[in-house]
Amino acid sequence: MLSKRIIPCLDVKDGRTVKGVNFVDLRDAGDPVELAAQYAQQGADELVFLDITATHERRKTMIEMVKSVARQLNIPFTIGGGITELADAEALLNAGADKISINSAAVRNPKLIEELAKAFGVQFVVLAVDTKFVDGRNMVHLNGGRLITELETENWIKQAEDLGAGEILLTSMDHDGTKAGFDCGLLHKVNQMINIPIIASGGAGNMDHFTEVFQKANVDAALAASVFHYGEILIPDLKQELKRNQIPVRI
Amino acid sequence: MIGIINYGAGNIFSLTAALDRLKVEYGMVNTKADLEKYSHIIIPGVGHAGAAMEKLKGTGLIEAIKKLSKPVLGICVGMQLITEHSEEGDAALLSIVPVRTKKFNKSLNIKIPHMGWNAVHPKNNSLFEGVEDNTQFYFVHSYFIEYNPTFDIASANYGLKFSAAVQKDNFYGVQFHPEKSGKAGEQILKNFSNLN
Repeated sequence: MLSKRIIPCLDVKDGRTVKGVNFVDLRDAGDPVELAAQYAQQGADELVFLDITATHERRKTMIEMVKSVARQLNIPFTIGGGITELADAEALLNAGADKISINSAAVRNPKLIEELAKAFGVQFVVLAVDTKFVDGRNMVHLNGGRLITELETENWIKQAEDLGAGEILLTSMDHDGTKAGFDCGLLHKVNQMINIPIIASGGAGNMDHFTEVFQKANVDAALAASVFHYGEILIPDLKQELKRNQIPVRI
Repeated sequence: MIGIINYGAGNIFSLTAALDRLKVEYGMVNTKADLEKYSHIIIPGVGHAGAAMEKLKGTGLIEAIKKLSKPVLGICVGMQLITEHSEEGDAALLSIVPVRTKKFNKSLNIKIPHMGWNAVHPKNNSLFEGVEDNTQFYFVHSYFIEYNPTFDIASANYGLKFSAAVQKDNFYGVQFHPEKSGKAGEQILKNFSNLN
């Protein structure tokens, strides 16, 4: 049986991981390679790196980081942030990234999804969607939730699947940072509509939240950042807990 | 020393990185003469099987590959290439292993692509030496190789039973990505490099 995946998400700026990572035995908490290796060792099934660098030099720095990660890591990883054209994606693919995640560039130019899927295969294209509940509707937001679009989340995801997205990374801005649990209702609804894998994101605070999102929304994967970085949830413990609850995981 | 068929079908950085970590030496195969230089051959591949077959034809290596008597390992689409036919692009393939590559059917209530870690059930085979039953490997594919007890050396289940690995004589294929499958995947690459 296909396992449910646990995915730590790392923010990267100028080739360094940010957000006070709090592992005791790390020599350099800012080194994405060391951190990635540590997560792989703990049993993470996959990693997501989100590039939040704003400078023009970003692309070169990111490629170098991706190469270093690919040299060391023996599990798959996704790179997101600032990918706007085919050439960006191709450079990341050649540097060893397994998937890329696109967000605002796809909203501005939905054809990008189609072009990427055609060029590199649907398995390479993750569509990240930030959603917020506004006036009774789930609306797609950009810029980390600051900018509302005219797109309704469910419609946009359906459209993206038709265009060739291979996976959906759905972040609830209403739940993100609350540590009160994932948005199981919306995740379940979206999951029923599509036939590609979906990653739940936003709201993880404890191990029960992971059990809940797999049981209630039957998502394919769950992503979190701070609960892993600060050691509040250890991946081996989480996997054991999920297994106890009859959720298929890789131990 | 492993020779990797260099035919432009997908990225091989992760594969060479895994071989580097294992300290297994490798080089690239671009010509027929290159095939002689190596003791083992890997056919990598991601993406579209039909398109990959066209690229492989472009290298002029097909007849020479079919005649090889040294160990050959196809990975993912590289595995599909050694079968007879793929429903992806209705493509005739190398026909080294007489099985067919089919599309997963979503009416089986599965998501496509099959993406993630799935349990593999190996038979007693040198390629899976030291790999226990139910060990999980990382898969990413929308097409699968039909289960055939004669050529299957490891099966997996996703809506139906399919071949996660096949063998015919010196030709091996794995549907999962050993270079992305943690320690178990590294074991497969190591085992392959030790095959006689």
